[in-house]
Amino acid sequence: MRFVYFFLSLSITVALVWALNRQWPLGSIKSPRIGYFLSPQQGFWQNAESASPSFDLAVKSPELKGKVDVYIDQKLVPHVYADNDFDAYFAQGFIHARFRLWQMEFQTHAAAGRLSEILGKEMLNTDRFFRRIGMVYGAEQAMAESDKDSTSKMAIDAYAAGVNAYISSLRPEDIPFEYKLLDYEPEKWTSLKTYLFMMFMAFDLSGRDVTTDLQMTNAKNYFGWDNFRQLYPLVQDSLDPIIPRGTPFIKPVKRPIAPSDVAVRYLSSSDSSIAYSTPESKFTPRQPDADNGSNNWAVSGSKTKSKAPILCNDPHLGLNLPSLWFEMQLSTPTYNTYGASFPGAPAIVIGFNDSIAWGVTNAGRDVMDLYTVRFKDELKKEYLMNGNWIMSDQRQEMILVKDGANVSELIPITKFGSVLYDKDFNVPDSRGLTVTVKWTATAGNQGIKAFLLLNRAKNFNDYSAAISQWTCPGQNFVFASKAGDIAIKQQGKFIAKWKHQGDFVMPGTDSFYQWQGYIPMQENPFMINPVRGFVSSANQKPVDSTYPYYLGSAGHFPLYRGIIINRKLNEMNGITPEDMMKMQTSNYNVFAEMARPALMKYLDKNALTPNEKKLIGEMENWNLRNDPKERGATIFHCVWDSLESAVWGDEIAASKFSLPWPDSYSLLERMLKGKGDFMADDIRTKGKTETIQDAVMIAVRKAVKHIETLEGAGKVNWSVFKDTYINHLLKLPSFSRLHLGIGGGENIINATKSNHGPGWRMVVHLTAETEAYCVYAGGQSGNPGSVYYDTFVNNWVEGTYNKALFLKREAAASSDQMKWRMSFSN
Amino acid sequence: MKLLTSILLTAYLGYVVGVYTNFPWWFFVFSSAVIALTIRQSAFTTFFAGFTGMFLLWFILALIKDTSNQHLLSQRVAPMFGLGNSSLLLIVVTGVVGGLVSGMGALTGYHLRRIFRAIISINLE
Repeated sequence: MRFVYFFLSLSITVALVWALNRQWPLGSIKSPRIGYFLSPQQGFWQNAESASPSFDLAVKSPELKGKVDVYIDQKLVPHVYADNDFDAYFAQGFIHARFRLWQMEFQTHAAAGRLSEILGKEMLNTDRFFRRIGMVYGAEQAMAESDKDSTSKMAIDAYAAGVNAYISSLRPEDIPFEYKLLDYEPEKWTSLKTYLFMMFMAFDLSGRDVTTDLQMTNAKNYFGWDNFRQLYPLVQDSLDPIIPRGTPFIKPVKRPIAPSDVAVRYLSSSDSSIAYSTPESKFTPRQPDADNGSNNWAVSGSKTKSKAPILCNDPHLGLNLPSLWFEMQLSTPTYNTYGASFPGAPAIVIGFNDSIAWGVTNAGRDVMDLYTVRFKDELKKEYLMNGNWIMSDQRQEMILVKDGANVSELIPITKFGSVLYDKDFNVPDSRGLTVTVKWTATAGNQGIKAFLLLNRAKNFNDYSAAISQWTCPGQNFVFASKAGDIAIKQQGKFIAKWKHQGDFVMPGTDSFYQWQGYIPMQENPFMINPVRGFVSSANQKPVDSTYPYYLGSAGHFPLYRGIIINRKLNEMNGITPEDMMKMQTSNYNVFAEMARPALMKYLDKNALTPNEKKLIGEMENWNLRNDPKERGATIFHCVWDSLESAVWGDEIAASKFSLPWPDSYSLLERMLKGKGDFMADDIRTKGKTETIQDAVMIAVRKAVKHIETLEGAGKVNWSVFKDTYINHLLKLPSFSRLHLGIGGGENIINATKSNHGPGWRMVVHLTAETEAYCVYAGGQSGNPGSVYYDTFVNNWVEGTYNKALFLKREAAASSDQMKWRMSFSN
Repeated sequence: MKLLTSILLTAYLGYVVGVYTNFPWWFFVFSSAVIALTIRQSAFTTFFAGFTGMFLLWFILALIKDTSNQHLLSQRVAPMFGLGNSSLLLIVVTGVVGGLVSGMGALTGYHLRRIFRAIISINLE
């Protein structure tokens, strides 16, 4: 009997430990190991950092060549003072890891197609997708190319050594919160991971064509060429390009030539390269946000109160916690730089040094094209080109799956790129074809080198030399120096394209459809010290139609922020940094300024009911600002949205395949030209042909109905309606910041949408002693158990900035604004 | 007195074992079992002592962390366990989990002790 009791209680104990030491499935996710997770000595309680923490630390590593002093200010911004370059990047790697390790690893796991390894088979298609577009291949190519350059190799290797020094200092209970939640452990950091991170950025900023090229092809075939051109116009009447209209361009030595059969084979709606077949839909690819973009501008001394230039930059990307950005200063005896860095990569990416300041916006140029390729058989070893069978490279990648069988992914690589969609990996719009992707990001880029050089640049020539290293994704590099120069250049490795090349899926059986070459970098759009006293960019088309190369379809280029930025800068004089902060956070809606009169012109007010009259009256009297409390902004938004649906929503809904939603300017510019009736007819109503007047009335009625329900829920104020939030990377609500009362939106300088916007804002005044102001939508610590997890979020919402503490080593050592100190030595 | 000793000893040894964070989190079942093997009490009291010792240890350790953290992390974690915004409930759950495992470990130790005693008494006869 005693044995029975013993075994019974032993069994219960073992079962209890087993149950508490196991991840239980909860739908598509899994619970943490409860016992481990709750254990105060090992689990998440260890991540509950003291509310008045100490970050003092002495690091010893034999890899260091000299000494590094790191002073950390009250915002938790580290100021790194190193004896040499290697030590500076070592310290940067260590510090990034100290505050952001989980995020660094998670982002690079995502880039490498390794999420299945930590999250299980639910992520398998995402992983396969990233591998097929060539994320790992591209990172390897970049690393091979970059390793030829000793500066880049040293920086990235030193950074990796710093990250690893931190990882190896961790006791099991010290690992970041999310590892405990998902139940895995940090692995060794490698230099390749920095390149993977850069590939992730390249995808985010130039990867939309993985689906838009398919959708555009569908749209062309569905609407027919003439209607297609109307609906997705190449020309934007109200464009104010980065380089002002009328600027002369160099005559190119060589122009790309369109294939002779382009009209029948490529542009016609009975596209012979697309054989229709029933799609077996499996996976919707992840597509970067259409509004991944930014604002930047620099004003020369001629326009500022102090006579010193001011440079401003605010990149618009997904809003996440931990933030993509990490603020810090890096300093050695040869240079001293401050700004936003990427956890995962060395250097300062957007910032300033003792002599210059720089910033970036996305160029949006089309550097990714899709082809339909014909393989001989399922093995995909040979493909057809110009009538001959050519051997493909058979790349094989292994995907590890948590609690599941590993998956071996075959990625054949052709002269038309790597196989993206095929019978094994189909999306609804690829129609069972074999579609390859060709992308400049996988062509062996220098990556981070441009930023390493910008950090050290002293003048315009240094800036030019630095950015000439940048290839993908194309960026508008804005520049200002204490010497008084301002400049902007659209830099990248851009394909010299014939008109419409790559707008649609191209036939991948004919060498004529291949890329014929790249635009010489000296022909990239560029401007220095213009008479108007400012340079700017907001992702709009860089040039007018006199530029000798094709830029890609206009849908790549948002239109309105550029208009309002240039208008404001033209009007302003005696500018101060405060003026620039006000401008960066401006909620003025220039699109509404143009669209509201067009709407009212076609609206028959006499036909409105009293409540419709009241709400439309509110919209008419609205001050055109998308400020948090404005109701007019919400009414306008709903009316315009409904109008777009009324005009082309019916046609789009009737298509078998997914189509790109046309841009707002397409409709607005037609209305302004009196051509609003185009497609205004509702194809669902037989025997009646609606005009734009009818469409406006339908839109107003629908919008007013919607507003009435919103009123009931108290959701008409713009910020409540828009409902901005910053998501934790794992989308855990209690780790996110929800319902932020911030204004702004699409087409507005303060481009804050619901989960997307100007995550980093910076204003740099290049006076003798640099005066800089920064804020970002996050906090320096990635630890959700830290008071520094979301420190800047409230400032960011309010539109206030923090002054950057930019000191020399000696001054930093004695500054009373420094709260903690880390020292590194060998 | 015995009860208090075994509770304190459970907590103390549980803490010491827990310092070695390379060991799995549940290693304290052994210390709790060993205490039950050594200190002779009724089955219920043994379980109670094992439970209470570890409950108190985890409760107090979590409470200390949570207080110095100003409930920041517990307020974020509690909703994941369906505990609303209650830091205190999360701390109690933490204590109960430690307590249950420890109590069962102790009870197993108690029954093992009874077997040993039986073997010893048989041998003496």
